Amino acid sequence: MSVFDIIGPIMIGPSSSHTAGAAKIGKIARDFLGSQPVSADIGFSGSFARTYKGHGTDKAIVGGIMGMMPDDVRIRNSIALAKEQGISINIREVDIENAHPNTAVVTLTDKNGKSATIEGASVGGGNILIKKLNNTVVSLNGHYTVIVIEHKDKPGTIAAVTNALAPIGINICNFNLSREQKGGNAVMTIEIDGKVNKDIVHQLKLLPNVIDCTIIQQENI
Amino acid sequence: MASRYTSLSKILEISKNESRPLSELVLEWEAADTELSKGDIYNKMAECLLVMEQAAKDGCDKDLRSTSGLTGGDAYKLKKFKEEGKSLLSESFSDSLITAVAVSELNAAMGKIVAAPTAGSCGIIPAAIITLLSNKKITRHQAIMGLFTASAVGSVIAVNASLSGAQGGCQAECGSASAMAAAAIVEIMGGTAQMIDYAVGISLGNMLGLVCDPVAGLVEVPCIMRNASGVVNAFAAAEAVLAGVKCHIPADEVIVAMKRIGDSMPHTLKETAQGGLAVTPTGKSIFKQIFG
Repeated sequence: MSVFDIIGPIMIGPSSSHTAGAAKIGKIARDFLGSQPVSADIGFSGSFARTYKGHGTDKAIVGGIMGMMPDDVRIRNSIALAKEQGISINIREVDIENAHPNTAVVTLTDKNGKSATIEGASVGGGNILIKKLNNTVVSLNGHYTVIVIEHKDKPGTIAAVTNALAPIGINICNFNLSREQKGGNAVMTIEIDGKVNKDIVHQLKLLPNVIDCTIIQQENI
Repeated sequence: MASRYTSLSKILEISKNESRPLSELVLEWEAADTELSKGDIYNKMAECLLVMEQAAKDGCDKDLRSTSGLTGGDAYKLKKFKEEGKSLLSESFSDSLITAVAVSELNAAMGKIVAAPTAGSCGIIPAAIITLLSNKKITRHQAIMGLFTASAVGSVIAVNASLSGAQGGCQAECGSASAMAAAAIVEIMGGTAQMIDYAVGISLGNMLGLVCDPVAGLVEVPCIMRNASGVVNAFAAAEAVLAGVKCHIPADEVIVAMKRIGDSMPHTLKETAQGGLAVTPTGKSIFKQIFG
């Protein structure tokens, strides 16, 4: 625990779980898409669904989607700014069974039609937990940089990826693999210490059996 | 690593034995724990003070309104009342009210604030510190160090109880902020380590049992005016101990009492908006008005 967990964070009000946490979920969705979105579909579940209007959770999450940090004063006007930038925003209430009360599902699409979906919960004090990246069940708290690799379930793929990370001094602190079925598609989510140069994405994409690679950079949010 | 902040009396003992203010120790410990330089940490706290000061100014805007439309503009009213010479109270008393309300109203209006320790209680510590800056001519350095003192008290409460309304009710948010502010005031004004303990004990003791019952679930009513009462309570406790008044229960024991009260509080009174003011007929009709 740091003293800045007590005096801090510096944030846009009114509530660490309804604004700061929501902005972080939006920002992670944006990073997971990896490009400028042209449309955002936001589903609020539970308490988020009932109270997002009064708390400005919609503005916070849209701010995050536009790349704003939780202390960015533009969050207050984010929905108008999104309109100006031609990002279409659709907000609806959804019901996710057994989800944390403050849960949001965000689907972003870029101009090339690429889309990314995340499910995340704001679990208190501005802390978050990402539960799903597209269809992959994960458990990410946003404290670490995450490398997400979609690949074919073939022997040697994990070794090839970790061999590419080792020489540039990347330390893996958490590793998760999930696959649809044997020999089908699989997803690695690799949490690492510190930041990573985005160029590694191209290198990882060239590896055999790797379909796609995205980096969700930790930015002390 | 075990927390350094398991007991207030323990860290105050170190401060006493080493004849150094608590704030200095906290700065040093933070540097050791984060491997950052003392200068970097000090500057980060200085930035928190700047954000607090800006919030105190911006929150006095006449046209400020919250997202729900329920609150805003009250700090402006208080400021105008004082400027017209109508205040019933001393300059520092009314300044502390204005700042507590201004920062809390800005929070409700999606402005930039420092959670201290939470967003819902973000007006209390700035109100105490900024009032000392403007009325007691303390230096910026003293103000910044006061925030370290406050953070130490908040850390002890976080370790032994909670700082969240959802876990401990408003006593854990505004109560903690008030105790943190009282400790900062006492250290800044030259009080002893023992006096800090007394100030925390008295101020937190005064807030025990306070429930979290936000109308319509929003951080507005009664939160904003509770911030005002929190800073008044902090100054009352600080003034009393600086005058020589003792607290009969050690601060660490008051903190444990707060935790037990929080644990036995029904969930309807812990930020769920299912009890207290939130379910009064008017509270319910405000909910309907905002959310349909």
